[in-house]
Amino acid sequence: MSVKAIVDRCEALFEDLNFQAVKDWKAAAPGRKAIGYMPVYVPREIIHAAGMLPVGILGGGDQLEVIQGDAYYQSYICRIPRSTIELGLTGRLDCLDGMLFPSICDVIRNLSGMWQILFKDKYVRYFDVPQEYRDAVGGAYYVHELEILRDDLGRLRGRPVTDDELRAAIGVYNENRRAIRDLYAFRARTPWLAPTAEVYLVLRAGMVLPVDEHTRLVRDYIAAASAADRPRRDNARVVVTGVFCEQPPLGLIKSIEMAGCYIVDDDFMLVTRWLLEDVPETGNPLEELSRAFLHHSASTSAKYDARREDKGKFLLEQVRTRGAEGVVFAAPSFCDPALLERPMLQDVLAKHGIPYTAFKYAENTGQMAPIREQAGTFADSIKLWSAA
Amino acid sequence: MSTPTPIAGPESRRKPEVQKEDAMWLQKELINKNYMELARARGEGRKVSATFVPGNLNELLMCFDFARSLPETNALQNGMRKKSGKFIMDAERDGQSEDVCTYVKADLGMMMGGEIGPTGDPLPTPDVLLLSYTGCFTFMKWFELIRHKYGCETVMLHVPYQGDGKIAPNMRDYVVKQLQENVIPTLERVSGVKFDIDRLREYMKESQKAEEDLVAVLQSAKNRPSPIDGYFGAVYYIGPIFTAFRGTPEATQYYRVLRGEIEQRVREGKGPVTPEGELAEEKYRLVVEGPPNWTSFRDFWKMFYDEGAVVVTSTYAKVGGVYDFGFRHDPDRPLESLAEYCLGCYTNLNLPSRIDMICKYIEEYQADGLLINSIKSCNSFSAGQLLILREVEKRTGKPAAFIETDLVDPRYFSAANVKNRLESYFQMIKQKRTAAAH
Repeated sequence: MSVKAIVDRCEALFEDLNFQAVKDWKAAAPGRKAIGYMPVYVPREIIHAAGMLPVGILGGGDQLEVIQGDAYYQSYICRIPRSTIELGLTGRLDCLDGMLFPSICDVIRNLSGMWQILFKDKYVRYFDVPQEYRDAVGGAYYVHELEILRDDLGRLRGRPVTDDELRAAIGVYNENRRAIRDLYAFRARTPWLAPTAEVYLVLRAGMVLPVDEHTRLVRDYIAAASAADRPRRDNARVVVTGVFCEQPPLGLIKSIEMAGCYIVDDDFMLVTRWLLEDVPETGNPLEELSRAFLHHSASTSAKYDARREDKGKFLLEQVRTRGAEGVVFAAPSFCDPALLERPMLQDVLAKHGIPYTAFKYAENTGQMAPIREQAGTFADSIKLWSAA
Repeated sequence: MSTPTPIAGPESRRKPEVQKEDAMWLQKELINKNYMELARARGEGRKVSATFVPGNLNELLMCFDFARSLPETNALQNGMRKKSGKFIMDAERDGQSEDVCTYVKADLGMMMGGEIGPTGDPLPTPDVLLLSYTGCFTFMKWFELIRHKYGCETVMLHVPYQGDGKIAPNMRDYVVKQLQENVIPTLERVSGVKFDIDRLREYMKESQKAEEDLVAVLQSAKNRPSPIDGYFGAVYYIGPIFTAFRGTPEATQYYRVLRGEIEQRVREGKGPVTPEGELAEEKYRLVVEGPPNWTSFRDFWKMFYDEGAVVVTSTYAKVGGVYDFGFRHDPDRPLESLAEYCLGCYTNLNLPSRIDMICKYIEEYQADGLLINSIKSCNSFSAGQLLILREVEKRTGKPAAFIETDLVDPRYFSAANVKNRLESYFQMIKQKRTAAAH
């Protein structure tokens, strides 16, 4: 399959706010169920083990007209909850049998309660994760939370979720994580062959496709893009950070690239690579998922850094391992996690002499010229500094 | 360790320009006393802790002889003293976004100016930040920011959110384990004081007494007329118990005095005391959701009492502990009880529970309606409030209104807008009454 064919398919999935792919998957066999989840992380293995389709809900993007959703939020609250409510109230999420709201910020946390009120016939769970990272303390709490989710989903399908089903699910998600790790390594090695506007769409397809299908798609894309003949440009290599929840419009990603930046790492859809290593496929599956979360997971603002010296470490590693020359802080307006984290990360970067630039966006940001100019100036300055 | 201070008669302290209940003067004295303790802490070789109002483990911190700072209280005190605007802008110049919590920025801005607190006295940089992560995501970033800048030792206490509207045993056990295995050992190490659980029990016995009296005071507003204002007045009443005094004999004494005063007002059929004297006629009884604005606190309150509006109860008065539904600190189960206290704070309740609580308040306090003061800074309170408004109106049939202000950023208090909205709201209540009478 050609790059274009793969990307076109992914773009069609991305643009479909009616979630036809989810409906088709459900219609293919009787009794199938789908569970939505919001950023940053939920253990999709449990949903998959229950025979259900995990569906990532990332707001309405820049194509959705938000009418009802705005009536639920003040002007100073970010956009993703209002467009998510819009999706729900307009029936676009009727194909979901439940929704998970992970612990990320107070807005998404409170949205879980709103969902309980507005969609009484659906399964709704606020999914808390530990901010204490010892197995006997945070781990014990987390395993219990995982057990609740497993039991709830077992009840929803009418049959308990077994350990073997969980182990098998861990296996297929390990495959998926490996493929995405390869994709990210491929892009960092040859960013001119894998523009982030494409990588993003490929990743985004994983929000609605079954995991094994998505793994194949990622592998197909790597193969096709590797063989593509694309010119290499003298762009600045940057990490984009702060985009872990409300998504920027695709046009914004393209604008950063068109301005002369190769995005070599990012925090888009962290759920796909939250767990940094393979999860053991033997042993107690929930305990293994817990250990992976506690000891081998990514870092983001929604997660507590237990030690002062840990702040910014993950970002520095992204910069170092990907050979980045600078960092672009892109944060959604009114995003407490991203905006409160930013000054600390910027301070760490400054101490390491890593240049950065920062701007805010909303999922429906329409004016790309200022962003293109800012990113372009940033890329130019990196090139000038490296030449000096 | 906090030592009880004799509380002198209120006459000597009374100032002529503002009228307050005697207990309000006592409250002011307590709060100032805590700032003096903080100011003297370094000289006396005392370690200093900082923690937040929701999930404030004051009894536990006292077991280690810490002088205790409450950053939200510092921010609001700076707000009331008109100092917060500059601090916020200083923090924004230092890289903080204009979009984020102004309590955080007021605190960071104050710290940037050196170790001077709201009263002008020294306020030492804390030796330990007890990050009681209760009901507010921003708390985590707030203390990470202070730790990042000042290198303070930080100890996390993760308090799970009541997403299902209840405290499950797993949640309580998790908090207790953190107390046993991380929080207490860290506080022992930083303070050099060994933990004594019997000392904790003794403090908790004091807490219980104060909590009983506080609930009696807050529930006195069920009377007609209400002898208190359960929002603007309650801010004074909750001060000691929500900050550095819960568990002290001084707090016990304060709440005993306060309860006595309020019960006397009930017997005499008096309304609440406002800064301009006793409210002559109670025209409207309201429930308020959301914190107050601090930078224009007096002006804000005046908009209510000028119209004869009394807030009979508020959710903000439960932010540092929900006591009116029965919770009391329990010295027989000290750590479990501390965990349940944290888990039960108002902003740790899910939206359906908050709606249930407000509806119950409207019924039990015979309120005319709900007013939501939506705070720009505070997503924990504010996200979802428009749905709360709709649901409460639907369930109670009482009118609700919505105003927007901020905690301590003077740029976000538009007096004319707020006043217009309030006047329209009072008009609406009046019309509803008239319509109901016909």
